[in-house]
Amino acid sequence: MAGLAPTFGRGAMTNHWVDIRNADLILVMGGNAAEAHPVGFRWVMEAKEHNDARLVVVDPRFNRTAAVADYYAEIRTGTDIAFLGGLISYLIETDQIHHEYVRAYTDASLIVREEFGFEDGLFTGYDAENGEYDKETWQYEYSDEGHALRDDTLQHPRCVFQLMRAHFSRYTLDVVSSVCGTPRDKIQHVWDMVAATVVDDKTMTILYALGWTQHSIGSQIIRTAAMLQLLLGNMGMRGGGVNALRGHSNIQGLTDLGLLSDLLPGYMTLPEADEQDYEAYILDRSRPDLLPGEVSYWRYYERFHVSLMKAWFGDAATEANNWCYDWLPKLSETLYDVIHTFERMSHGEITGYICQGFNPLAAFPHKAKTSAALSRLKYLVVIDPLRTETAEFWKNHGEFNDVNTAEIDTEVFRLPTTCFAEEDGTIVNSSRWLQWFWAAAPPPGEALPDTAILAGIFLRIQQMYRNEGGAFSDALLNLSWPYRYPAEPSPNELAREYNGWALEDVYDEQRNLVCRAGEQVEDFGMLRADGSTASGCWIFAGCWTDEGNQMIRRDNSDPYGVGQTLGWAWSWPANRRILYNRASARPDGTPWSERKAVVWWNGNRWVGNDVPDFPVESAPTVAQGPFIMNQTGRGQFFARDRMVEGPFPEHYEPFETPIANNPMHPSNPLAKNNPGARVFEQDRANFGSFEEFPYAATTYRLTEHFHYWTMHNRLNAIAQPEKFVEIGESLANELGIAKGDRVRVSSKRGYIEAVAVVTKRIRPLQVAGRTVHQIGIPLHWGYLGETKRAHLTNTLTPSVGDANTQTPEFKSFLVRVDKL
Amino acid sequence: MTLKVTRRQFFKLGAVGMATSSMAMMGFAPEPAVASIRHFKLTGAKITRSNCTYCSVGCGVLLYSRGDGAINSIDNIYHVEGDPDHPVSRGSLCPKGAGLLDYIQSESRLKYPQVREPGTHEWKRISWDEALTRIARHMKDDRDANFVDQDAEGNTINQWTTTGMLAASASTNETAYLSQKIARSLGMVVLDNQARV
Repeated sequence: MAGLAPTFGRGAMTNHWVDIRNADLILVMGGNAAEAHPVGFRWVMEAKEHNDARLVVVDPRFNRTAAVADYYAEIRTGTDIAFLGGLISYLIETDQIHHEYVRAYTDASLIVREEFGFEDGLFTGYDAENGEYDKETWQYEYSDEGHALRDDTLQHPRCVFQLMRAHFSRYTLDVVSSVCGTPRDKIQHVWDMVAATVVDDKTMTILYALGWTQHSIGSQIIRTAAMLQLLLGNMGMRGGGVNALRGHSNIQGLTDLGLLSDLLPGYMTLPEADEQDYEAYILDRSRPDLLPGEVSYWRYYERFHVSLMKAWFGDAATEANNWCYDWLPKLSETLYDVIHTFERMSHGEITGYICQGFNPLAAFPHKAKTSAALSRLKYLVVIDPLRTETAEFWKNHGEFNDVNTAEIDTEVFRLPTTCFAEEDGTIVNSSRWLQWFWAAAPPPGEALPDTAILAGIFLRIQQMYRNEGGAFSDALLNLSWPYRYPAEPSPNELAREYNGWALEDVYDEQRNLVCRAGEQVEDFGMLRADGSTASGCWIFAGCWTDEGNQMIRRDNSDPYGVGQTLGWAWSWPANRRILYNRASARPDGTPWSERKAVVWWNGNRWVGNDVPDFPVESAPTVAQGPFIMNQTGRGQFFARDRMVEGPFPEHYEPFETPIANNPMHPSNPLAKNNPGARVFEQDRANFGSFEEFPYAATTYRLTEHFHYWTMHNRLNAIAQPEKFVEIGESLANELGIAKGDRVRVSSKRGYIEAVAVVTKRIRPLQVAGRTVHQIGIPLHWGYLGETKRAHLTNTLTPSVGDANTQTPEFKSFLVRVDKL
Repeated sequence: MTLKVTRRQFFKLGAVGMATSSMAMMGFAPEPAVASIRHFKLTGAKITRSNCTYCSVGCGVLLYSRGDGAINSIDNIYHVEGDPDHPVSRGSLCPKGAGLLDYIQSESRLKYPQVREPGTHEWKRISWDEALTRIARHMKDDRDANFVDQDAEGNTINQWTTTGMLAASASTNETAYLSQKIARSLGMVVLDNQARV
């Protein structure tokens, strides 16, 4: 997601599942939708069958998506920036870009500061000692009014377009082939197929998933794809977009609600330690327009923030105390992500840990480190419907979990909770739809819903503070708790709270009453910064209005026949289904193509088959840009200071690479791997070299399993009973491994054993003059449940993350393989 | 007196000479033949709308349970199928969705709060009150010992970094919102979810 927001403004799938059917070309890279999202993938097949669409797959393995593709090209894991960067250069040099779209809807014409530069793999401002950038020069040149300078002819040598052109010019066909290991003719074929979507009435959609995020350069891979779609004019269009297929049922919702160390609900952010002044905190986030008159919707940040504080602290939040600003925790570190946390835990710096439906022992990289870290906790609380390896990390399971139980002094609580079938509530699917569901039966035994467990713990802590006093307690004692049964807040009450309501009558600028005190707000436009509204998550405003719960809606009619179903469930923001859909129309407000139309200007307002993602009365003559969350109103080729490792994507090798150096920068060791990545000392010591571990490994899902849950289900255990790894035929021959042999796969961090599947579907690649073999390792199976007992895959994986998100590099690491 | 008579016994009775017609008149009607009509297994089931809990497609599912919601009856889900009205999934389920019933009914479902005391080898069942009180006590003690209201530069940070939380990717928005609200009110910053992984 960290690649999408700096480009388009929001970190979410831009289009939706059914809209895939409107595409003319579907590019699947960094994902395997046929396997991991099989029912959503039907819309790809629908596009092929009824829209004459072509499907292209670029992946290390000839996977299940490739099996039904029109074209497949193999690629070395972790080299997608080179593949797509080369494509961007090819489009520019052969003049196959959407000129009018690029000029009107992107930042291509904006002029960048003179001091900005890029040399031998590093952007200006690199501090090699600390491994960090000073991003001061990564900016446009601004006028005295604070607006970016521009050259609409795109000829200025420092305009974004020319800088981008120069940046990617190094990614020639030969270079890309050498880095990626993809044969030249296949690269050219894919590039030509993609280039054909530059015309007005053709769109390409890009589907990706964890195959892009789980790299040390993951966010920049996604950005490269986003830039590609801007160049082709495929954003905001039917059948276009960059579609992040999220991995879990409600990862989108948890991210929307800010359950990440640095976030508050609705993509607001916690203050940093040195942001002591409330007004400065708000000012820094109320992003002004960088081009005159743009929407730049974050300018209303304070409305969303104050409404959140009113939802949390009620009457205690007043203008006089800056809406309880001091009560919010302030961050001393950029992120307290899981790699950071388990590093601290391994040094004994964490006392307690609560795992709510999360199984870190199986899900985090470098299991031995995770296990040692958990052993240093004083207490661990696991809230889960199922037995998990994490809850039993202290139990000896022989070679699968060889720990000394008596020496582990962690007190572990295991609390049974309801599963989806036993509770009411909503989850947000990848398309941003909030769908309400109902409990069908009570949970087994004494299991309780998570809300009752959380409330039970919280109310006890609160009582202890009332009785005993203790550390700072204003925030926890004043937390608004308006629930009918305090020990078990109901899903209805919580949903109404994150939607929000008026505390006093709310008026618009013309003094018209828009919402009476006590009424639910209808959209985030009603929220105010004066304390007269409360809303727990501004982007969800509109999901539960005075007309009732919008998330239960069940009208699947599709009057325009384009797959929008606006009456089914509710989609954030404001029930818009295709983000940035203003860009589906020309600057003059007419659709680029009738086939692709989403919204258009009818002379008075924006109308169409979707809710406009744009001010509905903003006339084309006003010329506001379609990317309303961005300060420029435009899609950003140049990320400015919003990315850690640079405003343009650059290829860097995985931290465990099967080749000696970065072919883009062979003589600069600082540019071998992502220069902005954070690596802890003990993790660096645990990286292997290609001399010792020669094969590139990648992990993935199977359609029959879901992580470490479904091994507890009999049906799924029957479908895929035993751990296996995939090895290409030529490597298997070299190592004397036959189909069905048991093998040991080892990395610097440990080993697993599994059955070898010898396959033609993984081919050796020629990379920088060397033959590279890739090994495929499904992430499933463990030693609990109904499948055959097996080692956890994350025994092997390295503990290093993407420089922006710290998502672990599960998709590229080094192993060796031995026949048992 | 009630006398249960199967069809076979009924005909046997007839064979030893009793007038079966008069038997029937006396109220000894035979039970229906097992082979006659087998009721459709979903007849009388309660149908509940839900969404699959695994990947992010959000397929519509229908949960079929038995039980009428009365105080003394316990509903039991015994069939799961795709929701044909759902605009994305249109009634389809993948092998994971098709196995949802086995997840709901899995042997590995937890039923009671348990604790594993330090250094010991087994789980011990405890009451909810004991579990929640002991956890709250741990959290308060740690918070009181390690809460930082001001950093070395004198900034007010009201931050608690020594107890952390991982939130669940399959939990509801309502659970997630409550987790966020509680965690931040305690000053917790070590908070993450699967989106990071």
